[in-house]
Amino acid sequence: MTNVCVAGAGTIGSLLAAHLGRVADVSVLVRRDEHADALLRDGLRVSGRADFTARVAAAVDPADLPDPELVIVACKGNDLASVAARLEGEFAGAMVMTIQNGLGAEEVVAAHGDWPLLSAVTFMIGTRHGDAHVEYILDTATWIGPYRGTTVDDARRVAGLINTSGLKAEAFEDLRPAQWSKLIFNATVNGVAALTGLPHDEHFAGEPLGALVHGLMDEGKAAAAGAGVELWEDPWEMNLLATQRGFKHSPSMLEDVRGERPTEVELINGALVRAAAGADVPVPLHDAVYALVKGKEASYS
Amino acid sequence: MRVCVVGCGAVGSLFAANLAQLEDVEVWAYDAYREHVDAINEHGLRLSGAGDVLGRLHATAEAGELPACDFGIVATKAMHTDAAIAATAHAFADGCVATVQNGLGNEETLARHVERVIRGTTFPAGKLLAPGHVQWDVKGDTTLGPYDERTPLSEVERLADACTRGGMPAHAVPDARGPQWRKVIFNASTNPIGALTGLTHGRVCERPDLRALVSGLVNEGKAVAAAQGIELDADPEQLIDHAAQKHVAYDHKASMLQDVEARRQTEIDVLNGGIVRFGREHDVPTPLNGAIWALLKGVEQSWQQ
Repeated sequence: MTNVCVAGAGTIGSLLAAHLGRVADVSVLVRRDEHADALLRDGLRVSGRADFTARVAAAVDPADLPDPELVIVACKGNDLASVAARLEGEFAGAMVMTIQNGLGAEEVVAAHGDWPLLSAVTFMIGTRHGDAHVEYILDTATWIGPYRGTTVDDARRVAGLINTSGLKAEAFEDLRPAQWSKLIFNATVNGVAALTGLPHDEHFAGEPLGALVHGLMDEGKAAAAGAGVELWEDPWEMNLLATQRGFKHSPSMLEDVRGERPTEVELINGALVRAAAGADVPVPLHDAVYALVKGKEASYS
Repeated sequence: MRVCVVGCGAVGSLFAANLAQLEDVEVWAYDAYREHVDAINEHGLRLSGAGDVLGRLHATAEAGELPACDFGIVATKAMHTDAAIAATAHAFADGCVATVQNGLGNEETLARHVERVIRGTTFPAGKLLAPGHVQWDVKGDTTLGPYDERTPLSEVERLADACTRGGMPAHAVPDARGPQWRKVIFNASTNPIGALTGLTHGRVCERPDLRALVSGLVNEGKAVAAAQGIELDADPEQLIDHAAQKHVAYDHKASMLQDVEARRQTEIDVLNGGIVRFGREHDVPTPLNGAIWALLKGVEQSWQQ
């Protein structure tokens, strides 16, 4: 696997593109001409846990990029439908991997082409400092599993490539248990952070907020059980671990609310609430958080 | 008759200035804000807006200067109740102390320091414009009732009569919990939703998902009230829908939203926090009020970052 296209170069896309650029030919599909120009001119710089600049190809039109063997769709959830539409009819023969938060990214991409699909969730944390500079902050892993027309061996090959590039990845036979663990974690932590203004810190495990976080996790676990998913990790334990680590991460939903931008509430909280309804599991606390975050978005949109 | 208003902010000033109109009532005001106290002593306490009133009264920031009073009217923000009554309790050794504050639990706090407590709920509102000068925004009724059997109804009637004669209509009732819980449920079910989302009352109510959350909060509050045998004097749901109309309070920004925008401690502890506490005491689950309470506490904690 020597030719990779990363579609969408926010924080996660930039981290992947730059690192993979050290072990493969990487092209980046972006939305703005200036972004493509900056990448072509300056390369893509990584600081923080690593320090290097990778040469990458870049364009706003997929037809201007070389045919890849692997496409990683790394845009934010809100841009997914438009990115997938731009990929339609392109890159026949490539394998496509989604890496968005929440649930349902695979279906969105699947509707635009018959590429073999992989699912991924990532726990990497970084900060984007510009079109051509990303800081690598937390070296947590990316998890990959087969979705459509792929096997765990495909997931292993991609995970292997990512590991060689200096990031961390792991392949799973079935990604859903991990995806749901992260879904419950994100719906809870991102929602509570966006509503309170708190980064993910010790308040999420203390009183009185910890009791609400625990209640939200319990509802999420009941919804997962109702949907027939056995969780990979207990999201409450993930919360404890993250708060004990002492790294006060500002979840993207909090950053979005601070910047008065649309959040990923539909893909994350909306997905959880709809999946729970489909499984006939009541989730009144998640209903409340979902409605409140949407209300907050409405106050500035 | 001698009355001391404890906490002479906007609402306290409405009581103090109006009661000072009566020849048979001597009014004192205790407040920590010295410029306000000095202005009142020098120029009197002025109300303007819904009514124009100038009250002559004795104001002090030194609790030790207070004489023995027949009545206290406590109007501090709820988080200051304990300190305010601890400092002034000596003046009410033979009197009764009424709370006209928002929320639940103020009576209990007063009863830890004084013998005879009056439960009160008041609707008039205003804001402090300058030291010694308060804008009277809305007129409204006050309901007063004995907190427990130690407070004679006749004393409650005496205070209500004075308030009414002074220009602040008040009713004395044997059980004042109905209006109190109606107001608390209304406020607890709407104010924090505005504070968390940034939406006005009308915009909260026109979003079906948020309106459903409001109803969920109301229903928990009603269940806690019912478990204590409290009959609400009006249905909070109807009051909420009424207020959401364009010509009523559609554009109203909840006071809690104003508090959050100014990063001032909110009254969440005596609203949703109070419903949760009374619910626990009466075995009534209140998960949504608990969630809203925790979220607002989180908002307050975020200011310490």
